[in-house]
Amino acid sequence: MSSLTEKDRPIVQLLLSTGTCPRCILRFCCVGSQMLYRQPHKDLMKDLQEFLKSSQEKEDPVCLDVADPPCKRLRLEHGGEGADGVNHNGAIPSADNGNSATESSAVKVCNVCLGILQEFCEADFVKKVCQKVNSADFQFTSFVFSVSLPPQLSVREHAAWLGVKQQMRNLGLPLAKDDIIQLKEAYKWIIHPQLSEELGVPADGKSLFEVSVVFAHPETDEECHFLATACPDCFKPAKNKQSVFTRMAVIKALEKIKEEDFLKHFPCPPSSPKNLCDALEIQCNNGAVFVAGRYNKYSRNLPQTPWIIDGERKLESSVEELISERLMAEFKADSFNFSSSGREDVDVRTLGNGRPFAIELVNPRRIRFTAEEMRRLQQAINDSSDKIQVRDLQLVTREAIGRMKEGEEEKTKTYSALIWTDKAIQREDIAFLDGIKELRLEQKTPLRVLHRRPLAVRCRLIHTMRAEFIDQHHFRLHLKTQAGTYIKEFVHGDFGRTKPNIGSLLNRTADILELDVESVDVDWPPTLSD
Amino acid sequence: MRNGEAWPLPPTPPVQLSSGRGAALAPSPAEGAPFTVPSGAHGKTGGGAQCHALVHTVGHGGLDLRVLVFCRICVITLAEAHPLLQSGKTIKNINYQISANCSRLQNKVSGKSKRGAQFLTELAPLCRISSSDGEEYTIYSCIRGRLIEVNENILSNPALLQEKPSTEGYIAVVLPKFEESKSITQGLLTQKEYEEVLLKRRSSAS
Repeated sequence: MSSLTEKDRPIVQLLLSTGTCPRCILRFCCVGSQMLYRQPHKDLMKDLQEFLKSSQEKEDPVCLDVADPPCKRLRLEHGGEGADGVNHNGAIPSADNGNSATESSAVKVCNVCLGILQEFCEADFVKKVCQKVNSADFQFTSFVFSVSLPPQLSVREHAAWLGVKQQMRNLGLPLAKDDIIQLKEAYKWIIHPQLSEELGVPADGKSLFEVSVVFAHPETDEECHFLATACPDCFKPAKNKQSVFTRMAVIKALEKIKEEDFLKHFPCPPSSPKNLCDALEIQCNNGAVFVAGRYNKYSRNLPQTPWIIDGERKLESSVEELISERLMAEFKADSFNFSSSGREDVDVRTLGNGRPFAIELVNPRRIRFTAEEMRRLQQAINDSSDKIQVRDLQLVTREAIGRMKEGEEEKTKTYSALIWTDKAIQREDIAFLDGIKELRLEQKTPLRVLHRRPLAVRCRLIHTMRAEFIDQHHFRLHLKTQAGTYIKEFVHGDFGRTKPNIGSLLNRTADILELDVESVDVDWPPTLSD
Repeated sequence: MRNGEAWPLPPTPPVQLSSGRGAALAPSPAEGAPFTVPSGAHGKTGGGAQCHALVHTVGHGGLDLRVLVFCRICVITLAEAHPLLQSGKTIKNINYQISANCSRLQNKVSGKSKRGAQFLTELAPLCRISSSDGEEYTIYSCIRGRLIEVNENILSNPALLQEKPSTEGYIAVVLPKFEESKSITQGLLTQKEYEEVLLKRRSSAS
């Protein structure tokens, strides 16, 4: 339990008489006891008035009790201060001490917090927030409550502090701005337990479920504007921001501006506003959830991502849509981001144990899924289409995605290509391919992607090859290559821009008829035993 | 190679026999094989790059050039009726130095948008090719856009130009501006239209 001491008296005196609410007063007195702030603000007001009335000669610190004893409250309700004698603290209340603030401050909006530490700590507001949360139907186990305050609060705080600082300087007692309890911190001390109780889950700074409130006070919006003339370099118009007076910019300017300049432009103490702040938006947002797996692609007519040109869809569906559709429905997310460890062309199949992929589900309403539920989800996706199949479907962390992407650059892939040659071939003509190891290619950016990629030469390795004779004009080539190798171009040579190529190796013209990915050699995500 | 002399005037603008339309993927008779445009000839490539083969008829004497289009990328090649592809012609020299200050070999591009590229109009010369019988032929861009690359393989191996004019013997790669990429096919002839032109030429010659 914290206490107000004699040195706090002038602060309390000054702030109470200029229209500051009890909780802000406690903040300026550097009171660090969270419980104290949670007291109803009317009670705190009375306590402060009691404190002021207590004798100035009293040496012992006056303690503010956590629970008001009924007799004290009763006494004050009867309007008299201490005609009955000693109050429970043992102090003799004096007859005339700053009482003028009493009647009006119960109704007055605080000139420092604009009502944030007043009405917006009350049960009504808490109920309003919780109603919004409950109606949004999110699944969560904890919450983080984030609050956006209008920038003019910093200006008013600064003004109030300057006033108090002056007062304290005269008494030889320094008061550093850093020692004052932050408004946001005090607000969270008060509101977290109430929210926590209503929602039934704890507050946790690391929680993925965010309840956010934006406060605004249009009445005083222009109070920051003088800072732009005083410190113009702090206020640069940013592209995406509506107002140039952001909290950060205002705080920066307040640090820079000299005391005299500030006091020239802004009243100290700050004026009492007519209205409370408005709580503009109460929003709920769940942190993204990540689902990973491996997919097989059995269609030669399916793009990775939706193929839409000029608003017209050129090919039906896509790998990412076929996989994410069910996930979006089950997780009830707003949107998704699909990524995979490399990708294949529309006309290429992905066989073997498939290609690793990960889907970020943005703002999901449901986040908890058991292994069994994931299995059923996987089955549902597989039942819905014969063009793709997924396996090893599981929830993963954001960090795990990095493992997938490193696979794209580093790991090997194996392919199977059906090759046509113009001149006839015999078995002997292609047998030598089996013996070629670590074949070094130089591939210029293929013509088919040159319109959207930089022109460059890529050195890539074909680790091993194995040729399977089919007939005089056809054979199947199995190859294991470095990641990032253009297989089609290795077969047909891309106008001689990939060297060597199958055509040059066989001294014929070759073209590729079919390509399959046999394996993507990345051992992520972890294989799940079914 | 006659250095220092002005290039001959470009030939008269192309004769528009019919407005070029989107194209058929057609076989190239000169090479006697299914048209192995490196696009996975039996369908689209994964990127959907369809090759449209279009032919540009340039002036008289059948100085025909063919443009292969992949998405937006244009590959400039000799067309089958070009004199250099007729029997008996031996290539003596290929020169990418088109003026004292400009060599196509010095073209450098960077980034996705191919910054720094030499900009070409339809009648900008790409190179001059001289044959052993003393003739000289200028190969023009046909396409307005940025020069991406010229084929250096034909410098070291001029036979490629005659043996595989539509693939390894290509001349240059040009990238038109995005806004103009759809309109480049206009003014060029499809394979079918080109063959009709050839027929007419042969009948008028005989």
